[in-house]
Amino acid sequence: MEESAKPGLRICEGDCAVLKRDEVFKAVLVLRRRKVIFEKQWFYLDNAIGHIYGTTFEVSSGGSLQPKKKMEETTTETKEAGTDNRNIIDDGKSQKLTHDDIKALKDKGIKGQEIVQQLIENSTTFRGKTEFAQDKYIKKKKKKYEAVITIVKPSTRILSTMYYAREPGKINHLRYDTLAQMLTLGNIRAGNKMIVMETCAGLVLGAIMERMGGYGSVIQMYPGGGPVRAATSCFGFPESFFNTLYEFPLSKVDSLVSGTFSSETLPSEPEYNVPVEEESNGSLDEKQTLIQETEEESSTEAVMESNETEEQETMDLAAEDTEYKESKEKGNKENIREKQRKQQERRRKLVETAALLEEKNADGLIVASRFHPTPLLLSLLEFVAPSRPFVVYCQYKEPLLECYTKLREKGGVINLKLSETWLRNYQVLPDRSHPKLMMSGGGGYLLSGITVTVEKVQSDASSLEAQKIEEPTSKKRKLQELHC
Amino acid sequence: MSFVEYGDTIKDGDTAIVFLGHESMFPVKVQHGSKTQTKYGVIRHSTDLIGKRYGSKVTCSKGGWVFILHPTPELWTMNLPHRTQILYSTDISLITMMLELKPGSIVCESGTGSGSLSHAIIRTVAPTGHLYTVEFHQQRAEKAKEEFQEHQVEHLVTVKNQDVCKNGFGVSNVADAVFLDIPSPWEAIGHAQSALKIEGGRICSFSPCIEQVQRTCLAMEEHGFTEINTLEILLRVYNVRTISLQIPDLGKAAEDNSSTGFDSSNQSNQGSLYGILQQGTAQFKSGVPLKEMVGHTGYLTFATKSLF
Repeated sequence: MEESAKPGLRICEGDCAVLKRDEVFKAVLVLRRRKVIFEKQWFYLDNAIGHIYGTTFEVSSGGSLQPKKKMEETTTETKEAGTDNRNIIDDGKSQKLTHDDIKALKDKGIKGQEIVQQLIENSTTFRGKTEFAQDKYIKKKKKKYEAVITIVKPSTRILSTMYYAREPGKINHLRYDTLAQMLTLGNIRAGNKMIVMETCAGLVLGAIMERMGGYGSVIQMYPGGGPVRAATSCFGFPESFFNTLYEFPLSKVDSLVSGTFSSETLPSEPEYNVPVEEESNGSLDEKQTLIQETEEESSTEAVMESNETEEQETMDLAAEDTEYKESKEKGNKENIREKQRKQQERRRKLVETAALLEEKNADGLIVASRFHPTPLLLSLLEFVAPSRPFVVYCQYKEPLLECYTKLREKGGVINLKLSETWLRNYQVLPDRSHPKLMMSGGGGYLLSGITVTVEKVQSDASSLEAQKIEEPTSKKRKLQELHC
Repeated sequence: MSFVEYGDTIKDGDTAIVFLGHESMFPVKVQHGSKTQTKYGVIRHSTDLIGKRYGSKVTCSKGGWVFILHPTPELWTMNLPHRTQILYSTDISLITMMLELKPGSIVCESGTGSGSLSHAIIRTVAPTGHLYTVEFHQQRAEKAKEEFQEHQVEHLVTVKNQDVCKNGFGVSNVADAVFLDIPSPWEAIGHAQSALKIEGGRICSFSPCIEQVQRTCLAMEEHGFTEINTLEILLRVYNVRTISLQIPDLGKAAEDNSSTGFDSSNQSNQGSLYGILQQGTAQFKSGVPLKEMVGHTGYLTFATKSLF
């Protein structure tokens, strides 16, 4: 279960890995003879296999990766520098190399480092720039011409940063530091029994699974036809992690709460209702869920007013639908039998999951979805044991205000807290440290609290009244405010 | 009870949290025959606590009630006895994620201080990881050791009383992550580097002053750390309030009364943006920021040790 140092150390075929260039990430599946496009470059990962995670590679001509040796720092022999920029004139003539010259250099297969050196030599103003400006110039040109990528192991840190930068709409604009708060406030750890309701492509689920390390159990509540785990699959968890991952349809929650639950109808499974009419090639099930997912996705997008451009890029892994391919190849009859077996297996697991929930002893609840949090909280908290934390994320503050009010009315929760975090990055350089120019405007809001036992006999309101009488008036008001 | 595992009922020897109201709570060591005084009266451990379920409402001798909560590292952070300035959950959250801590991680930390972060790290790396924590103040080191024992996590942590800048962490090439919260972290970067696994790992340094950060960043660069990144995280808490704002009287003509959007007598406006309770006021719910908030705790500098 634990990743001992040896096996996870090197890049292997079939691994989930993350490509990194400066602050840009992309999740990929390591496969041989497969073209990968990243940051306007294309290459093959074949040569990376066998190298240690964290290795930086240079993309050479033909798209092959060559491990880069420890940074041979670009020679800083040009120690000549100006004192300020009074003599620097922006006339667009300072660089003597033309676009065509540079392109010719590139075509000749000259390394990025060399090109940068040539650019410096052919810049008439470089020597007149201050030392600081020179650094900045080199850094900028390096970024443009040096084709280097680093391959790293996926983690919550990397994947949540990646998703927030590339596809915030897919994760309801949940910023990584907000996710970090959720994991801590939720006391996520090995051995817990957690309930998760998220529509963040499975990122929150993955983060929770990472923190639980395969110990304990996770119940994922899902809307629609099935749970979405595109981001979860990017973590590259061992198979064993999925043995204790359960899923339960949201549409069955009310019946479970009211005690009328039955496993007879799973959501959106047309083949169950019409098992005989199964003459298509068996891809129906997969197609169906696929359609549903895209529908969900597009409706999300509409709300999120976002225009994802590089959608497929991050989603390379999700496209790897092996099940689909498998079922296509199989014969029809075998297919149906297989389907029925799967169906039964699914139902068995559903009953098992329902039983897990009905124990009402979950160690916490995490919600991060595009739905209104109030109904989710009011129902799902039923399954949580007393004295356990819960955390709800919402992109907007207002639904959480309502949720707060409703939870207080209902009782059974204390220490309710509505918060957000601000995150600020810094430039740190000798005598030139300051906050970066840009910062994130918002990473979403959290409502957190702790469950307590609800007394059926004595209503909370009356006991609160009784307590108020004993208190002096000034204290009384305070107490009322505080006892939330 | 343990700080790394939930228990259902309160047992003799547990550390429980007595919750009196928002932000008002304290830890209590549960002992047979023991009594605890609260502003609502006495709690008798043998009868009021032991055997009860965590999360239960307990009525004190004066008739007031409290909730008894299962301890978590976060509740501990809010209630622990301060021996030093401590790290709070907002920073701890980011540290835990950015250091990529998870079950099985080996972590080195200095200084131990009051053990606020230590408890959170132990929670996250359990059951197969370990924390090596180094504190140069002897009494603090001893007190931390005692607490870890009381909280039944001593098997997950090693406390050393030494100066990390001089003697390092006492382990080499074992750590997945190193955390520094000391006055001169730049002096310990070399030790941190050698404590980390050969194949690499993550480091974090917490410093309140930017001058400390500058020196630390330089030292990190000199020791070959990459991805050096300094950031700051602030928690903004909102109070949920129902607010009534008065509608100004602009001296409208009498016959226009029924058509104004803010008039409570107009039935068609009940579903509008403004909840109208009485004539002349508009009511709404708001998340009101606190009048004062913590505006600075410290800068967090993260970096990666990598082979290349």
